[in-house]
Amino acid sequence: MDLELDADTVAFRDEVREFLRAHVPSPRLPSMDTPGGFDAHREWEHTLAEARLSAVSWPHEFGGRDASLTQWVVFEEEYFRAQAPLRVSQNGIFLLAPTLFAHGTPDQLQRLLPPMARADEIWAQAWSEPEAGSDLAGITSRAVRTGGGWLLSGQKTWSTRATYADRGFGLFRSDPDAERHRGLTYFMFDLRADGVTVRGIPQLDGEPGFAEIFLDDVFVPDADVLGGVGEGWKVAMSTASNERGLSLRSPGRFLAAADRLVELADGVDDTALTDRVVDAWIGARAYELHTWATVSRLADGGELGAESSVGKLFWSELDVALHETALDLLGARGELAGDWMSGYLFSLAGPIYAGTNEIQRNVVAERLLGLPR
Amino acid sequence: MRFRFEAEQRQFEASLRDLLASADVPSVARAWASGDYASGRKLWQRLTELGVGELAEHPVELVIAFEELGRAAVPGPYVESVAVLPVLLPDRDGELMATVAAPPAVPFGCDAAAADAWYVLDGTTLHAATVEDEIASVDAARRLAVLRAGDVVASDVDAEAALDRGALATAAQLLGAGYGLLHRATEYAEARRQFGKPIGSFQAIKHQLADVYVGLELARPLLFGAALGLDGPTRSRDVSAAKVACTGAAYRAARAALQVHGAIGYTAEYDLALWLTKVRALVSAWGTQRFHRDRVLAAVRVG
Repeated sequence: MDLELDADTVAFRDEVREFLRAHVPSPRLPSMDTPGGFDAHREWEHTLAEARLSAVSWPHEFGGRDASLTQWVVFEEEYFRAQAPLRVSQNGIFLLAPTLFAHGTPDQLQRLLPPMARADEIWAQAWSEPEAGSDLAGITSRAVRTGGGWLLSGQKTWSTRATYADRGFGLFRSDPDAERHRGLTYFMFDLRADGVTVRGIPQLDGEPGFAEIFLDDVFVPDADVLGGVGEGWKVAMSTASNERGLSLRSPGRFLAAADRLVELADGVDDTALTDRVVDAWIGARAYELHTWATVSRLADGGELGAESSVGKLFWSELDVALHETALDLLGARGELAGDWMSGYLFSLAGPIYAGTNEIQRNVVAERLLGLPR
Repeated sequence: MRFRFEAEQRQFEASLRDLLASADVPSVARAWASGDYASGRKLWQRLTELGVGELAEHPVELVIAFEELGRAAVPGPYVESVAVLPVLLPDRDGELMATVAAPPAVPFGCDAAAADAWYVLDGTTLHAATVEDEIASVDAARRLAVLRAGDVVASDVDAEAALDRGALATAAQLLGAGYGLLHRATEYAEARRQFGKPIGSFQAIKHQLADVYVGLELARPLLFGAALGLDGPTRSRDVSAAKVACTGAAYRAARAALQVHGAIGYTAEYDLALWLTKVRALVSAWGTQRFHRDRVLAAVRVG
């Protein structure tokens, strides 16, 4: 049992650190949920991709560098410490790509991954519908067979990044007679295709970080079905596990934020506040070590599974508590727009997306503790 | 980077768990609480045969052992004999049961009446001690005593290293007790029926126990991280972080376990009380939350 990084990983970390020191834009880019900010973030992704740093854990042939999970965690830690831009490609790289690796055809991997790594195609998720949120199996958007493919119709909502993204992925009911988890198929579709209407929805910060997507007989070729027809639920669940597990939330974000919180509390001696600073720092360290334990387990052939709910519950609550503490440290200036407020508003979504924390607690209680349904 | 048990460590954990599962520890603890130490001393003997007395140079195994001791609510001065005194008196016989007070953080000697030797740590000086008076803890299986310092037996000892090991072992014991409480609460929630179904099918119960599990699972890596760094520059910071987190997680487990059990859990007769009272006692043992949070803050502020 040890926590030492090997020489290759240390060399990789040093390279990443140096690259970020030289390239992270300053001042910070505008919000990626504005037209100009979205383009600037796409440009940043090009810069990352040129150095093969946009998807380090992917195989070389698709634009990555075959980095180990350990190296991926190290990359993320450096990324957040450098206060580099939020990842506008996140939905594609962290949610869709793992599903493609698990279920995609060789043609799909060749066709979709390289432009994803370069951010030539930026992806949005299209999970929720007006009547299907936590109860995702209740979706009613449908796919109807047509020559050479399918026609998609229906409405998706709360689709992150869809306002400015190029393509979307989500579940549609391909068998109208099947109910719930059966008869669903996983589709990838062009957000600019005929029949697609996207309407941005301003979030708490006022910018349209998610959107409604209306589909009216949108043609999708057979080649853009991911996994088998009717097997969408199984395919999607492998993505859901990635979303709330290791992929989406590396410990780097919380370690970097906890260190900035300690700096913000410099000179403060009110223990009602400093105790919360200490607890946030301990929480970030705990999540880092928990991640190392998970990485070690996966390296030995273990699976993420329901354990991912444990991590999601922890980091989402930690993120809120950490940013609340920062705003309270700022006192009467705590209401002002700025980095801490942006981080706070971002953190508030954590307990909701990727499966609400109520759903996660059910998963933990039923699948890990064995309590009855 | 391999933050996982090796095969021998898994084996050690399993051996301890098997031994304790078959030892009827609740009866041992009740006898101990009434001043009958025979079965507890016998259990001590069996545990030292597995190597529990010789863990000073094996911090990961030390943490594994204390987690299991806490999970089973084993009574006795293990923290003092196994974790702390080997630092202060490296040559003492590891099979002897001993206790030590270290005021102000550790004002009393735990289980002095059952021990073979008594000490008081005053600054960096270790004294032999005599038992002056017994004093009651909320945990009846922690037989506390006021110790009076006598002859000096060692000077210029590494007191901070000893206290850190005491805190780390106590944190591990707390975490183990937390898992023990969660296990009992989960079993009870499956068996107990109200409104025609197991109470564990209600989300009000499920969500409490899920939160307990998350707290314990995220505190545990801090323990092993601290064990790996026990000879390094961040020892005090890491030990204190582990103690703060394990205390919080175990206390939350205790509160939830009592709530899930309802009135039966509030009785002295039901075994849950052995864990509930031990956790409350250990919350302030070997450094309070105030002490440990202050230490973490000082360390992270320096950077």
